[in-house]
Amino acid sequence: MNEPATQKAITRFLLHLHPPRVNSQSIKYTRTFGLGGIAALLFVLLFITGMLLRFIYVPSEKGAYDSISYLQNEVFFGQLLRNMHYWCGMLLVVVSFLHVIRVFYSQSIYNERRKNWLYGLLIMFLVIMSNFTGYLLPWDQLAYWAVTIMTNMLSYIPVIGDGLATLVRGGAEVNEGTLLRFYHFHTGLLPLLMVFTMSIHFWLVRKAKGVTVADSSKKEMVNTNPELVYKEIVVALSLILLLIAFSMLVDAPLLDKANPLESPNPSKAPWYFMGFQELLLHMHPGFGIFIVPVLVTAFLIYIPYVKGLNANVGVWFNSAVGKQVTIWSAIYAIVFTTLMIVGTEYFFKFQEWMVNLPVLITAGLVPFIIYILPTYGFILFIQKKLKAGKMEVLISLVTILLTAYLVMTIVGSLLRGEGMHLFA
Amino acid sequence: MSFIEKITRRSFIKKAIITAISLELAYVFINLLKKGSEADVPANLYEAGDIELFEKGKIYPFSAQRFYLSRLQDGGFMAISTKCTHLGCTVQFKNKDNKFMCPCHASAFSVNGEVLAPPATRALDLFPITIVNDKILVDTNNPQRRDKHNKSQITYA
Repeated sequence: MNEPATQKAITRFLLHLHPPRVNSQSIKYTRTFGLGGIAALLFVLLFITGMLLRFIYVPSEKGAYDSISYLQNEVFFGQLLRNMHYWCGMLLVVVSFLHVIRVFYSQSIYNERRKNWLYGLLIMFLVIMSNFTGYLLPWDQLAYWAVTIMTNMLSYIPVIGDGLATLVRGGAEVNEGTLLRFYHFHTGLLPLLMVFTMSIHFWLVRKAKGVTVADSSKKEMVNTNPELVYKEIVVALSLILLLIAFSMLVDAPLLDKANPLESPNPSKAPWYFMGFQELLLHMHPGFGIFIVPVLVTAFLIYIPYVKGLNANVGVWFNSAVGKQVTIWSAIYAIVFTTLMIVGTEYFFKFQEWMVNLPVLITAGLVPFIIYILPTYGFILFIQKKLKAGKMEVLISLVTILLTAYLVMTIVGSLLRGEGMHLFA
Repeated sequence: MSFIEKITRRSFIKKAIITAISLELAYVFINLLKKGSEADVPANLYEAGDIELFEKGKIYPFSAQRFYLSRLQDGGFMAISTKCTHLGCTVQFKNKDNKFMCPCHASAFSVNGEVLAPPATRALDLFPITIVNDKILVDTNNPQRRDKHNKSQITYA
């Protein structure tokens, strides 16, 4: 029994998630900001708090809301438990998003890391799906209407849309059946899928010989334990501490019990979907829900497979030019997106000006082209003025997409009030 | 076509088996989810009341049944669904402005349910009305889609 091989097997296995020695550049905090590790830690915290919540929660139309208020009011530390789960979930969306941005801008998605970029996108999708399915479970007004809006968005997908929306809801309306299947996705299928995809994700990081470094010619190696392990423990413990403190101070929202007869004014999707909801105010749903997201997803998947890219793997923004391009693209997207939002809100009324044309053109194609053309002009401009190469143009496009989505998210969730009017 | 050359007899059979099994599992799973959302819903006739109860040119809310019963100036009836055609929020009739307003994305609809303000793109659904013995029966299970309003959608006694 006392054979050394089995005695410390578990500790050794955990340590073997890392290689025995790592490049000293790769464990600088500013290399990765620890985002991937933080995301993994949040997953574990969500798993633990979620398991505990399952003992109280009742996934039925009658019981759901009452079980949540029972949890908050009667159970010892119940409110804290729910707050922890809620804020971990929200933070996981933010951290995963930042992680995607980090690997893109530090040029860490090319060559042997291609496949991992795809798994990363898949995990990002699973994270959002997990958060969204969890959003319905409290069965309050916030949850009910956010999910009503989101599932109705699906029905605008051509041909399969209506069937898909009915399939997701299990009926024409959000009802008890929807609650039950969301519960099982949230607590069963999605976490299981995430454990698998995360294992593959970690394994592919190891196969690519760890995270990228800015200067791959320098190979000063240090011992993982303690150099890296200590840093990880410090980050993990501080994060847990901050999360507990935050959860003690700020309660997760809980509105009145869901009432299908009355939509609150305004009704909003979860904040990470507010960019979509904002887009929908300006664009025909056929474009806002289907064409634009499909194009963007296809583009993101395609990025590491673009031919003729000369990626400076591990170098932030690829080059000095890339850095300038990123800044200018962000400024362009902030200014132009804001102008478009204000413009279509108050001045451009294409639907009224061209009554005889189908709405798919007046509310879809026209705004789409009005956004694409100046962006194309801007790309030509940076190619000429800043001497941007193919890689810099790619960085510019991604920056414009990300910034535009952020601007729409901020406008949608913070600047819109009653009746979804601007500055109301 | 290099990827076609890569397919050998063995790899073809292997892929075919994996595909067949995945399709089968997907089919079973989708049918499992479909349970409870059968397409043929039987009519659920709701009795709104006698014809004489409703004045001409007025709109009566039946919020629990999720429709507004509108009696037009010429005596015709329409049962207008309160489900916004944009993203499914519940619209409300504003007497002051004489129109339906959606609280979620500010779509507006006329008294007949026609779109006045985007983002909604199609008129509010109608529930079929049948009038038997001067009583108004509304089938609340089968909303009828329509793009625009026209006279043929109005039910007369």
